Amino acid sequence: MRSAGATIPAVGRTSRISLPALAASSLVLVTTALVFVFFVAPNDANQGFSQRIFYFHVSIAITAYACFAGGAWKALRHLWKRDPRADLESYVWVHQGLIFGTLVLLTGSIWAKISWGHWWLWSEDQLVLFLVLFLFYCAYFMLRFSVDPGPQRANLSAVYALFGVVLIPVSFAAIRLAKNLIHPVVFTRHGPNFGGWMLVTYCIAQVAMLVLAYTLYRLELSGKRLDGRLRELKEVLV
Amino acid sequence: MTYVRDVGALARKDLLLELRARDTLPAMLLFVVATFVVFHFSLPAHPSKLAASGLLWVAILFTALLGLGRAFLPEQEQRVLDGLVLAPCDRSAIWLGKSLATLAFLAAAQVVALPLYALFFRPLTGSQVLGVALADVGICAVGTFLGAMAVTTRARELLLPLLFLPLAIPIVVGGVGAGVAAEPGRYLVFLLLYDLLFAVICWASFEYVVSE
Repeated sequence: MRSAGATIPAVGRTSRISLPALAASSLVLVTTALVFVFFVAPNDANQGFSQRIFYFHVSIAITAYACFAGGAWKALRHLWKRDPRADLESYVWVHQGLIFGTLVLLTGSIWAKISWGHWWLWSEDQLVLFLVLFLFYCAYFMLRFSVDPGPQRANLSAVYALFGVVLIPVSFAAIRLAKNLIHPVVFTRHGPNFGGWMLVTYCIAQVAMLVLAYTLYRLELSGKRLDGRLRELKEVLV
Repeated sequence: MTYVRDVGALARKDLLLELRARDTLPAMLLFVVATFVVFHFSLPAHPSKLAASGLLWVAILFTALLGLGRAFLPEQEQRVLDGLVLAPCDRSAIWLGKSLATLAFLAAAQVVALPLYALFFRPLTGSQVLGVALADVGICAVGTFLGAMAVTTRARELLLPLLFLPLAIPIVVGGVGAGVAAEPGRYLVFLLLYDLLFAVICWASFEYVVSE
């Protein structure tokens, strides 16, 4: 009989920051961001109160990009360095990216409804881009769950995740090009100068969302690792 | 030099298979004509330039998907892919050979489909045809790559459109733009850049798709 300890790597601590500390700091940051968004930041001169969704919408969008980039980076590490943990890490990053991407679509849609009276506007570049990315990364999940776990699944997922980061700029360029074609009138937002408390609030919201994403990533990752380890232990015991 | 010979041999194998079995090309032709007829009845009587051009691109994309879905099926059914991977040639040659063969099928289908489109709907412009040609390269490069991925999964043909369509949106933008914009130059350049970019990525990463 094999000894369990020799074959199974410990779930243990792989990062310097502990998960409870991360969770606490993201709670504090998100609360601070909420306070700033609702009580400190001034009302927008044009759009009034509803403009406040901007702080979440934009910071969530940047966070989603960061998650997709993280997924692609881990995918590259898997293909290049054959890092055994990179496959799962890449998947969890993409998963978080998809969650935040869905939030971008929702907040963007709400904002569009309040500002322009429509739930969906094809002339909003970022929103359309996120729809394309949403479809793309949903396909990533379809791909991943239709292959049995193993090196092949890791390779296919990694290659497809790498396609994603190439698709982001290419799609963005394409959407810009298409807009000249289909929508000659471009929506422009003439807000007040972006500065002072607005900038501070935005920065806090941005940091809060990034830390929150990282916390969720670590949480899901440790859960998935624990799950994997439990399965291996069961196999050893049987 | 051997690389070119390998690619040539692989592409020739696919063309020969098609010539003997005639599985894919007749299906693609029939499909594209049927699509035109369906579109004729789903569009207003005299479709605008934009609507007709959009129709052309939908037809091209789905016809290509039909061919791409079958691209790696013979290899999978006869278990040839393992042999090809073991063969002493660069793995990317498998992708390149298959892409060239698929491109030949798609081009052959379009030699019939484009004049029919001109006959049924609107005459074609030179830049539109050039756009179609450039888009074909991108469609076949990316589609063959994704076809090789999809064929190894449980979902098989079901998965290919899901994987492919988000990546094909830039192609559609470029192609439609090349057909209807006043200055089609930038759309053609965009298509060319797309082709080059994705061809290089597919070429470089195909090895990971077929090997473990």
